[in-house]
Amino acid sequence: MDFLAQLPVLPIIVPMVAAPFCLLMPAGRIPYVWATIVSGLTFLLCAMLLHLVVVEGTISYALGDWAPPIGIEYRIDLANALVLTLVSLVAALVIPFSYASITSEIDPRQTNLFYGAMLICMVGLLGVTITGDAFNVFVFLEISSLATYALVALGGAVDRRALTAAFNYLVMGTLGATFFVIGIGLLYQSTGTLNMADLRVQMGDEANHMLEAGFAFILVGIGLKAALFPMHLWLPNAYAYAPSAVSAFIAAASTKVAVYVLIRFTYSVYGADFAFIGNLFDFVLLPLALAGMFFASLVAVFQEDVKRMLAYSSVGQIGYMLLGLSIGTEAGVQAAFIHIFNHGLMKAALFMSIACVMLRLKVHTCAGFHGLASRMPFTAGAFIISGLSLIGVPLTVGFVSKWYLLQAAFDAGKPIIGFLIVASSLIAVVYVGRIIELILLRPAPSAGPLANPIKEAPISMLVPLWIMTAANVYLGVRTDLTAGLAERAAASLMGGI
Amino acid sequence: MDLLQFVIERYNYWIFIVLMMTGLYTVIARGNLVKKIIGLNIFQTSVFIYYISIGKVRGGTAPIYVPGDMEARTDHHGHHGDDHHDDHDGDHGADKHGDDHHSDAHSETPDGDAHDNLHEGAANALPAASDVTHHAPTDVADHSGAANPPLTSAPSDDSHGDGVELHVADNVDHGDHGGHGDAYGGELVAEVLYSNPLPHVLILTAIVVGVATTAVGLALAVRIREAYGTIEEDELETADNIAEFGKADPRNGATASGGAA
Repeated sequence: MDFLAQLPVLPIIVPMVAAPFCLLMPAGRIPYVWATIVSGLTFLLCAMLLHLVVVEGTISYALGDWAPPIGIEYRIDLANALVLTLVSLVAALVIPFSYASITSEIDPRQTNLFYGAMLICMVGLLGVTITGDAFNVFVFLEISSLATYALVALGGAVDRRALTAAFNYLVMGTLGATFFVIGIGLLYQSTGTLNMADLRVQMGDEANHMLEAGFAFILVGIGLKAALFPMHLWLPNAYAYAPSAVSAFIAAASTKVAVYVLIRFTYSVYGADFAFIGNLFDFVLLPLALAGMFFASLVAVFQEDVKRMLAYSSVGQIGYMLLGLSIGTEAGVQAAFIHIFNHGLMKAALFMSIACVMLRLKVHTCAGFHGLASRMPFTAGAFIISGLSLIGVPLTVGFVSKWYLLQAAFDAGKPIIGFLIVASSLIAVVYVGRIIELILLRPAPSAGPLANPIKEAPISMLVPLWIMTAANVYLGVRTDLTAGLAERAAASLMGGI
Repeated sequence: MDLLQFVIERYNYWIFIVLMMTGLYTVIARGNLVKKIIGLNIFQTSVFIYYISIGKVRGGTAPIYVPGDMEARTDHHGHHGDDHHDDHDGDHGADKHGDDHHSDAHSETPDGDAHDNLHEGAANALPAASDVTHHAPTDVADHSGAANPPLTSAPSDDSHGDGVELHVADNVDHGDHGGHGDAYGGELVAEVLYSNPLPHVLILTAIVVGVATTAVGLALAVRIREAYGTIEEDELETADNIAEFGKADPRNGATASGGAA
């Protein structure tokens, strides 16, 4: 069998087949090693796919040899190859990172279940990204969501609020997925096909109420999954009370994939030429994105729990991505893609350093960060660098994102939006700066439960954490890598398929 | 009068909307976690019904390969359809007649026939969905015509029959598939009108997803009951507030009366 010909399906098949084996293994190191190998392999496969797409252009893979549009098609262009690489990269770093953190935060008998769920969650996210079939998106979305509900609920061993957080996430997530399915149903009813490329063809350029209603349902459904501003209520608690390693993975990957789906439906399925989409973006998505940027960032400033603070920050950052999308120009979509990728890197690094603090101090509140620079210098260093990246300091990926976003806003003749982006970044300075001040300037607590001398996090956690932090800096300097790929991805999306 | 007809013609959508809103209301308004999950289930089920109803072709039978005497089977299923659509008897007869006509045409030029059906369907469906005064034929299949070009399948071909026919019907622009149609068209003996199988298959998948979601949700409710001793949302909130702020409600400082187990 020709390996290259089957390559597009392997990032899905390999972890999907590997995940159930975790259940057969005894809890402990074996499933950890297994999941590490599988996630590393998946990352390699995704990187090969990205390389192949860059060199040869869009790949179409007919699942089971049923030619599209009847069969399910995996269609990989630059846009989703980029997201695939992000998701598998984050998984390939978070899974090796997770062992020490997870064994201290969940029931040690459940580690095999944890790694199984982690792999399934990754499969779901990769599947959503890779597929070219609208209904298949829903199926994979639910595969990843179900795994995520279970992963968040595992945090119940430390804090029972994880259970209610997981329950709320389940209710909101299912509502979102069902709205999405209604949207797909309306699309199918009016065109008779489910393949995204074929949907574009059958849809033509004539808008009708069914297509409009379909888009509205898809926007609401995906908005719930992506935590678009007024629909973000599930997110802060889910991120705050999930086990730290889980927070790192879902914060970096899952909402980004949902934003990707929205971009894909806007440009590949609808083609964005419809007037109603322009109106919807100008009068609904843009204000909501701006409101999210300000409201969520402001709430983040007042959080005592650092994980919760970063969760609110995520809601604000989703606002930046959707802002890029709602500007509606090629530069805007490019900025959205750059920020999807870069925000994944920075949030993963931030949540991973919180996991280190959680491992040693058993808290993720501000109190744990007092004088951290002298107690856990490597962890503190990683947190500071990725925190600066979140603000958007030059030489980090955050700066690249903000730069392209600003450029897109000014090019589109919307300077006010540009100023608002800068203003909301200043709020990020406040909430990140607050923690950095605690780390650098405050003395370590001298009394109380947090005063005990602590060691630096184990090497198995520091290495992935610093790889992620280094990626934040490296890709912040070598801007051509992400920006160049995102530019081509945006161009291929905007030019139709 | 027009309004009444508009409403009645689309009874399947009304059922779907009422069920959907019932489910959504239950999810939002009920404080009991198990009731929320059941509401969620009703909400999902309403969407299943929507999908299945758009896949229905009037007079069409289940998309299962029917061997043997085709004419007899078709009649049987036709009667079955009548039981459910008493108010459309006249239409129905006419339609069956039309279908026979289509069958004849189909055996000669199957590809072209599918093409015509799709165009008729598309022409009907789009105005019917938005135009109040448009008096479209009053059945489900016609409203959703584009999704349901009447599918016809030759009884003599093998399991690939449905797929190929669907292919032809759905993809009139892909001329390269016409060859299949001709190849099968030559073997036509008699015909069965099938409902569109695709929504059924999709919903089969969605049902699995729904069952899994319900199971995970109920399992979480069990875990919440173990951890908190209650599954009432306001009591859970009270318990969390006590844990976080030391009092039941940080805003007015009221003390907890219960639920802090």
